Amino acid sequence: MELFDNLALGFGVAFTFQNLIYAFIGCLLGTLIGVLPGVGPVATIAMLLPATYALPPVAALIMLAGIYYGAQYGGSTTAILVNLPGEASSVVTMIDGYQMARKGRAGPALAAAGLGSFFAGCVGTLILAAFAGPLTEVAFKFGPAEYFSLMILGLIGAVVLASGSLIKAVGMIVLGLLMGLIGTDVNSGVARFSFDIPELTDGVGFITIAMGVFGYGEIISNLSKHEDEREVFTAKVTGLMPTAEDFKNMVPAVLRGTFLGSALGILPGGGALLAAFAAYTIEKKTKLKPGEVPFGQGNIRGVASPESANNSASQTSFIPLLTLGIPPNAVMALMVGAMTIHNIQPGPQVMTSNPELFWGLIASMWIGNAMLIILNLPLIGIWIKLLTVPYRWLFPAIVLFCAIGVYSTNNNTFDIWMVAIFGVVGYSFIKLGMEPAPLLLGFILGPMMEENLRRAMLLSRGDWSVFVTRPLSASLLAASAVLLVIVTLPSIKSKREEAFVEE
Amino acid sequence: MNIKSQKDFFSGLFYTVAGAAFAYGATNYNVGTGARMGPGYFPLLLGILLAVIGAFVMFKSLTVETQDGDKIGAWAWKPLFYIIAGNVLFGILLGGLPNLGVPAMGLIAAIFGTTLVVSRAGDTFKLKEVLVLAAILSAGSYGAFVLLLKLQFPVWPTFITG
Repeated sequence: MELFDNLALGFGVAFTFQNLIYAFIGCLLGTLIGVLPGVGPVATIAMLLPATYALPPVAALIMLAGIYYGAQYGGSTTAILVNLPGEASSVVTMIDGYQMARKGRAGPALAAAGLGSFFAGCVGTLILAAFAGPLTEVAFKFGPAEYFSLMILGLIGAVVLASGSLIKAVGMIVLGLLMGLIGTDVNSGVARFSFDIPELTDGVGFITIAMGVFGYGEIISNLSKHEDEREVFTAKVTGLMPTAEDFKNMVPAVLRGTFLGSALGILPGGGALLAAFAAYTIEKKTKLKPGEVPFGQGNIRGVASPESANNSASQTSFIPLLTLGIPPNAVMALMVGAMTIHNIQPGPQVMTSNPELFWGLIASMWIGNAMLIILNLPLIGIWIKLLTVPYRWLFPAIVLFCAIGVYSTNNNTFDIWMVAIFGVVGYSFIKLGMEPAPLLLGFILGPMMEENLRRAMLLSRGDWSVFVTRPLSASLLAASAVLLVIVTLPSIKSKREEAFVEE
Repeated sequence: MNIKSQKDFFSGLFYTVAGAAFAYGATNYNVGTGARMGPGYFPLLLGILLAVIGAFVMFKSLTVETQDGDKIGAWAWKPLFYIIAGNVLFGILLGGLPNLGVPAMGLIAAIFGTTLVVSRAGDTFKLKEVLVLAAILSAGSYGAFVLLLKLQFPVWPTFITG
């Protein structure tokens, strides 16, 4: 079996003592930062990215995978205990998880989230390994026109899942694309929009945008609320293990969530969020057993299912990244940035040119997941302690780490001035109700899109119809159109707004 | 004419201005043709698109009724100022401003300065507490970033280390 040979190669790479240590450090740091209220996975990864610079590429990616999982798990911990979602996809976890915590069942809720995520992660890893090969074959059939259309689909997908107004999210994408174009144009060597500032000819650093908008913007907005608005359940966490009854309820929910998540994660455009929402909706539709707690009041299935869906989806969302080189969401966009820093161009060629890196990464995802179960569940007491640290000590530290992180990317103070600007911009985005995640995705895709558009148009001699006459490209564009039509249908539109109001 | 959604009106305005600025800037570069796109082609296209989107958002904010006027609300000027000021101060202390003759003070001074300024953004500010926090952060950052990760930082002021 080729699949198992590949996985064996991957585990061989990942199971060295050194790499296991990096995976562990990654998980630990990721959870440490991710558990902080108001810091989601995007900000966490951006902040911790500098910690991986000194490492060899494989170790760095393994550590990043650990950080990613840690951040996600930390996010659910905050959602359950503090009722603050670290990221959009833990919004649904919050509904029942927080209620469980209020009833003194925070332990089982955290365990359900962890165990469900682990199972889902295992399945997601297998699917990723099984489909990566065949999908890479498909990727080689992609010409520039197909890539361009696929990116359109991905961006539309991101818009559909943005929580606010649709048209404003499209605006954010276009703005992101434009910002991505700042810097030297590869074809003509012209420095665009650089205002004769030498640092800008290399383009705007994506870390400065991520830190400014997601880090500073969020902190400023958090500080505008007063401290007493938060209620933390820390003393009441006793007994981690769910009861036998809990397990009976959990298992089918985890299975449903995993299945749904794996399927939806492959879709470009933030599958994890969609998966979590869909999984929760399905659980809500199933009949309650006699004596079971209703949803919204602390049902364990309402935690287990969306968390599993979320995790399997984030696992399978690596598929479009690793096979096509197209990041499906903001977190993956950061991963692209991280890979580029380590001189790896994500895409179909990674699997053939660096098989040990490709499969090592896949194996390390699983290891990162397992680490969380083995280490994080027992360590939960420490993370909870962290939540009792007053915010007035935390935010100066977060700001400081952002500043250090930004500086160390290029060892240049120019980036610090840039992040200050983006901090102001990011806070304005929050005040004006503009969703920043599509911006980051657009920013990463901007140069890629322009490049593929240029190539496609060059090959077609300036004929725009090339995008609809090539069958693959046409069907991708058709899919985007269908997606857009579906969300603008009045019935779906109200449902979508409902889903996002539930927080 | 009444603004029905304040948030949308200003986001639309922002898009329009940004789009127009990018589009205008793009005309300074060679635009080229569809088959041979110059560096100005794609930004011009996107800039116009963004401006149109902005105009549409503004139009909607003036016509579509919202329940509460979708007010932007008060700006948190205090946190905004101190966070950004702390960040800028970090850069100035760490790297100095060679153009203005401000010497680089190094990482430790930068951490103390930043922590002191940023802490003022919160509701309560206790000097003693903040100094302890700054000391812990300095020791931690020195250990983690300089000793462990070996990132290149000027740690001490340049006039001491030379």
